[in-house]
Amino acid sequence: MFRSHILVCGGTGCTSGNSMKVYDALVDRVQKAGLENEVHVTKTGCFGLCAYGPIMIVYPEGAFYSQVKVEDVDEIFNEHIVKGRIVTRLLYKETVGEDGSIKALNDTNFYKKQHRVALRNCGVINPEKIEEYIAYDGYEALGKVLTEMTPQDVIDVILKSGLRGRGGAGFPTGRKWQFAKNSVGNKKYVCCNADEGDPGAFMDRSILEGDPHAVIEAMAIAAYAIGADQGYIYVRAEYPIAVQRLTIAIKQAREYGLLGKNIFGTKFNFDLDIRLGAGAFVCGEETALMTSIEGHRGEPRPRPPFPAVKGLFGKPTILNNVETYANVPQIILKGADWFASMGTEKSRGTKVFALGGKIHNTGLVEIPMGTTMREIIYDIGGGCPNGKKFKAAQTGGPSGGCIPAHLIDTPIDYDNLIKIGSMMGSGGLIVMDEDNCMVDIAKFFLEFTVDESCGKCTPCRIGTKRLYEMLCKVTDGTATLEDLDKMEELCYYIKENSLCGLGQTAPNPVLSTLHYFRDEYEAHVRDKRCPAGVCKKLLRYQIVADKCKGCTLCARNCPAGAITGTVKEPHVIDQSKCIKCGVCMEKCRFGAVIKA
Amino acid sequence: MAKKIDVPFNGTKEQEEKLRAELAQLKKRGDNGLMIAALQKAQDIYGYLPEAVQQIIADELGVSLAEVYGVATFYAQFSLFPKGRYKIGVCLGTACYVKGSGDVYKKICDTLKIEGGQCTDDLKFSLDATRCIGCCGLAPVMTVNDDVYGKVSAEEVEGILAKYGD
Repeated sequence: MFRSHILVCGGTGCTSGNSMKVYDALVDRVQKAGLENEVHVTKTGCFGLCAYGPIMIVYPEGAFYSQVKVEDVDEIFNEHIVKGRIVTRLLYKETVGEDGSIKALNDTNFYKKQHRVALRNCGVINPEKIEEYIAYDGYEALGKVLTEMTPQDVIDVILKSGLRGRGGAGFPTGRKWQFAKNSVGNKKYVCCNADEGDPGAFMDRSILEGDPHAVIEAMAIAAYAIGADQGYIYVRAEYPIAVQRLTIAIKQAREYGLLGKNIFGTKFNFDLDIRLGAGAFVCGEETALMTSIEGHRGEPRPRPPFPAVKGLFGKPTILNNVETYANVPQIILKGADWFASMGTEKSRGTKVFALGGKIHNTGLVEIPMGTTMREIIYDIGGGCPNGKKFKAAQTGGPSGGCIPAHLIDTPIDYDNLIKIGSMMGSGGLIVMDEDNCMVDIAKFFLEFTVDESCGKCTPCRIGTKRLYEMLCKVTDGTATLEDLDKMEELCYYIKENSLCGLGQTAPNPVLSTLHYFRDEYEAHVRDKRCPAGVCKKLLRYQIVADKCKGCTLCARNCPAGAITGTVKEPHVIDQSKCIKCGVCMEKCRFGAVIKA
Repeated sequence: MAKKIDVPFNGTKEQEEKLRAELAQLKKRGDNGLMIAALQKAQDIYGYLPEAVQQIIADELGVSLAEVYGVATFYAQFSLFPKGRYKIGVCLGTACYVKGSGDVYKKICDTLKIEGGQCTDDLKFSLDATRCIGCCGLAPVMTVNDDVYGKVSAEEVEGILAKYGD
């Protein structure tokens, strides 16, 4: 028995902030003090509150230290671990009451409304030890499935739970499995999409890093249900920690006989391989992903035939994403009714969102479906920093849309998001404030899709490029109002005629901003003005003569030599020379430089 | 942009043996779809994928060179040209350019005897012109891997490069 457990976050966010040095230092102090049998230091997956990393937590007190530096380790060790005095100064400030008392983590705003199903083990267990996963009911669901249930029973439970795919369009998982089970064939495959490519979404990475066995167990359950004996996890090469932990987890599962032949003493055989993606966004599309596993250029192909009939290597295949799988063992153990009791009528369960952009608490949150955007952004996320006004939230990455402030009370589920012109996607949620230009955001996403279009079909390859050029005209101030209508027409054309999901959804960022923020587009076109002051070509820096003291600081710092004036006299910016870098505004101590 | 000149291929016998051994290992798994894994191994060994290396893979896997090339050029991870151990970027955005980053860029070219997009023979340095990296207040800016140098003059270039040993 240990008297103290120290959990240090080993997720990518905290690791980049040097959490592994904190871990090493703690292990070192514990060893030097000869406390190895009393104090247990362990690495875990992501706690979710990435904005305050590196994070560590000490039990039994539940003391949640945030932004821990290597230099803080001695103090925490000597005071807290040795003497039992919690270092309040270094605690996450939300956990410290006004009287200095310590609140439980689950009572803080960030965690209070969360309900962790897919993330339940992240930040709790050491992902590199299968024993810890097993201690938290790991592989019990697989045992139950193999010894007590028929494949059809499994599919019925998943169908009844209402689980829908967490990676994109939200197709019912049970139905997908049923199709694959019904397909005739002596060889079938189970695949996992871990090629998380949406800019701003990182929940799949966190699950793989924090709880890799949950995915392995779920894939084995799926394989049993459809009659497969081989699985592939397609994971991005850009996620080295996830790849390493998956590799360890697969090896351990094999050693325990949980992968391989005659699992749990039954006739069921199943093994898994990892395939590394090589950096192509389109490989998130199911047919493209399978083409890539086969070793080719990751180009999609027309459906039907659907993968459940003819997928990987021409055999019946199911593909689900990481978060979808992470829910499966829980559903088997706790039952379909338990899962279906969370969420909304057509979107059951919980969803993980990656909060990013102009928001206080960037990080990962898991909430029941049907939670409103307001609760996520203000109650959990802490609102926009610096007192700025919330303008819009972008969900669904390059396939999604922008949700304006007046729809902030919309309960979030698959169908509501589609209704308001966005989509769930994999769950990135980027918050934007008054300083963000919506045309510029649409342009950013379009630039991404132009880069990532695989080039196989014309509407996507050429259409997105033309759409991008039209957006450039808007931000340059050379577009006409007629161009806006043309843009809209082109959007629908691309959506209707593209081969795969990438092209079919690529115009969404443009359509949704055109719909909700048309006035902003029109300001660019008609008034040659960017209301948010982002689009450089439409920007003019000016010096307010009344405020200018003639200190010459701006003129001395201007990289283009565009500012002239005599000492102690108001200065002037020559617009023909100005390159709009904003240095003058940054340097001015009197607030005399303004954007006009 | 300067035209790209092919760097002579300097693969060693050891590298080739290692690659062939890795490919044999892959083939032993008796699996389909080895191409991407093969290219990843090759890039680990050589740092990039020159034609000679693509040819080895094509021969070993029994596919055409065109197919290897097609896959290698599809994915962002693969590079057909070598990158140096130290990747130099010089911002040629407007703010840096008017402050003289063009001179800095030229000085680096002259010192290392390479052009933009190229790599020195010893694979130590490669040079790329970048777009604005968003710190115009520090103009002109150059980066070496993750180090950022601000307000650089052409005279300082040699001193900065000298900081990077083997």
